[in-house]
Amino acid sequence: MTPSYNFAFLDENTKRMLRRALLKAVAIPGYQVPFGSREMPLPYGWGTGGIQVTAALLGPDDVLKVIDQGADDTTNAVNIRRFFSRVAGVATTERTSEASVIQTRHRIPETSLREDQILVFQVPEPEPLRTLEPREAETRTLHALADYGLMHVKLYEDIAQYGHIATSYDYPVLVDGRFLTSPSPIPKFDNPKLDHSPALMLFGAGREKRLYAIPPYTKVESLAFDDHPFEIQQWEETCALCGSGKSYLDEVVVDDQGTRMFVCSDTDYCGQRQAEMPS
Amino acid sequence: MNALLQVRNLSRHYGQRIGCQDVDFDLRPGELLCIVGESGSGKSTLLNTVAAQLEPTAGTVRYRQRDGRWLDIGALSEADRRRLAREEWGFVTQNPRDGLRLNVSAGANVAERLMALGMRDYGRLRDIAKGWLERVEIDPSRIDDAPTGFSGGMQQRLQIARTLVTQPRLVFMDEPTAGLDVSVQARILDLLRRLVNELGLAAVMVTHDLAVARLLAARTMVMQGGRVVETGLTDQILDDPQHPYTQLLVSSVLTT
Repeated sequence: MTPSYNFAFLDENTKRMLRRALLKAVAIPGYQVPFGSREMPLPYGWGTGGIQVTAALLGPDDVLKVIDQGADDTTNAVNIRRFFSRVAGVATTERTSEASVIQTRHRIPETSLREDQILVFQVPEPEPLRTLEPREAETRTLHALADYGLMHVKLYEDIAQYGHIATSYDYPVLVDGRFLTSPSPIPKFDNPKLDHSPALMLFGAGREKRLYAIPPYTKVESLAFDDHPFEIQQWEETCALCGSGKSYLDEVVVDDQGTRMFVCSDTDYCGQRQAEMPS
Repeated sequence: MNALLQVRNLSRHYGQRIGCQDVDFDLRPGELLCIVGESGSGKSTLLNTVAAQLEPTAGTVRYRQRDGRWLDIGALSEADRRRLAREEWGFVTQNPRDGLRLNVSAGANVAERLMALGMRDYGRLRDIAKGWLERVEIDPSRIDDAPTGFSGGMQQRLQIARTLVTQPRLVFMDEPTAGLDVSVQARILDLLRRLVNELGLAAVMVTHDLAVARLLAARTMVMQGGRVVETGLTDQILDDPQHPYTQLLVSSVLTT
C-alpha cells in the first residue's frame, strides 16, 4: 500500500458524499442520483464511476475482484485491481465466491452471487432514453411521470428492421415496477440475473455524474412486447475449454484462416470448471 | 350544445410586448375554428397558450373531458397536462420535422402515441399504423422507411396520422399547409376535411390563408396586433367583412 494516499485514494469527505448518494440510490431503486464525480487517475470511459463507488465501499477487510467483459486478466481489470491493492491495500481475488466487492464492466459473473456480496457496475450512459430524447430536462420529466412509451419506440424499431428485438446489450429494464433503468452494457443474457438478485447492485457513471442501485431481491423486468417476449442469447456450441452449455460464450478467431472457437467469457467460471474436469 | 373548450380573457405577454390580449371564444364538439391574421398578429401565440404550451399571463382556458367534467387547464399539474395532451388532444405543427421523430421509421412515428398509452402488442400496433398510413394516402409499404426520405407533403400527412391515431377530441393545428406547394396543400386540406368529418374532431387551426378558412372552417376569428378584431361565421366574414382590417385582408386575396 502506498502510504502517501488516503485509504482507497479518495478523501474521506468525498467518500461520505458518495455513500450518501448511494444510500439515496438504494432507497429509490433505479433512480439516477446526481453526485459530484471526481477526477480519477484514468480517463472517462475506463471505469471512473465504478472506481469511485468501489472506493467509497471498500474497507480494509474487503476482498476485491475486478472483471472486464467477464475476464480477470484484461487491461482494465488488471489495472483497477492493482490500483486498489496499492491505494487501499485490500486483498484481491479472481474467485467470484471469495470476493466481497466485485467491480465489473459488461458482465455479471456466472457463479451465483450471495447476500454478502456487492456488485459495482461501470456505466458509460446511465440514461436509457438518451438516444431517443437528447434533452436532459425532458428525460428527467419522463422519469418523474413514469412516461416510458418512448422506450418501446426503440424496441418497435428493432422488430420493424430486424424481425426481432435486436438490442442485445444494455437492454432496458424496469426496476421495482417504477424506474426505467439501463443495466449498463451487459449482454441481455445477464438481465435475468438482475431480477431478485441476493447481492446489492450499484451502478456508477463517472462522466455523467450519476449513481443508481438495484437493491437485493428487487423485481427487475426486461421490457418487451406481448407478442415479442424478452429472450436471451443462445448458442448451438458449448465452451471449447470447459464444455459449459449454460454460460455466455465469446466467439474467438484463433488463426488467419478464420477458424473460430467459442469460449466462456467468464474466465473464473471457466477456469474452475476446467480444474474440476478429470484429466 | 355544450362547449368543449372555453377561453376567457386570455392574454399572453412577452415582457412589455403583447402576444395576444383578452381573447374569448368557445369551441363546440365537432367544430373547426380558424384563426386568421397576418404574421405577428398573435395567432400562434394564442394557439400555443390555449394548447397549454405557453403559460398565459392572464385569463383561463377550460376544457370539458370525455366524462363531462370541466378542467381548468392553467391549474392542472404537469402530469395531468401531459396526459391530456396525449389522450384527448393533438397538436400539428407547421413544420412536420418539429412534430415527427425523424430518427425512427414512419410506423414507429404513428404508433408512438399508442405505445405511450400502454399498447404492447406489436402486431396490432403495426396493423393500426398501416391503416393510418393508408388513410392519409401514404403507401403502407413505406411503413419502415424513415420520414427523412419523405417529401414535405408526405411528412405533413404522416404528422397528421401520428396525431390522430389516438382519436383525440380536440386538435390544434398551426398552419399545417404553409410551406407546401399549392397542389399538395389542396390534397392535405381535402384530407383534413374528410378526417375532421369522419372522426367528429373539434379543431382550432391557425392560418394566414383565407382560402383555407373558407374551405374548412365554420367559424373564423380575425386577429390583428394580438387582439381579436372580428369573429363570426366564415362565409359571413369573408363575404361581408365589418372591420377595416378584415376588409383589407379579404380585398387583398388574389382572385383569378
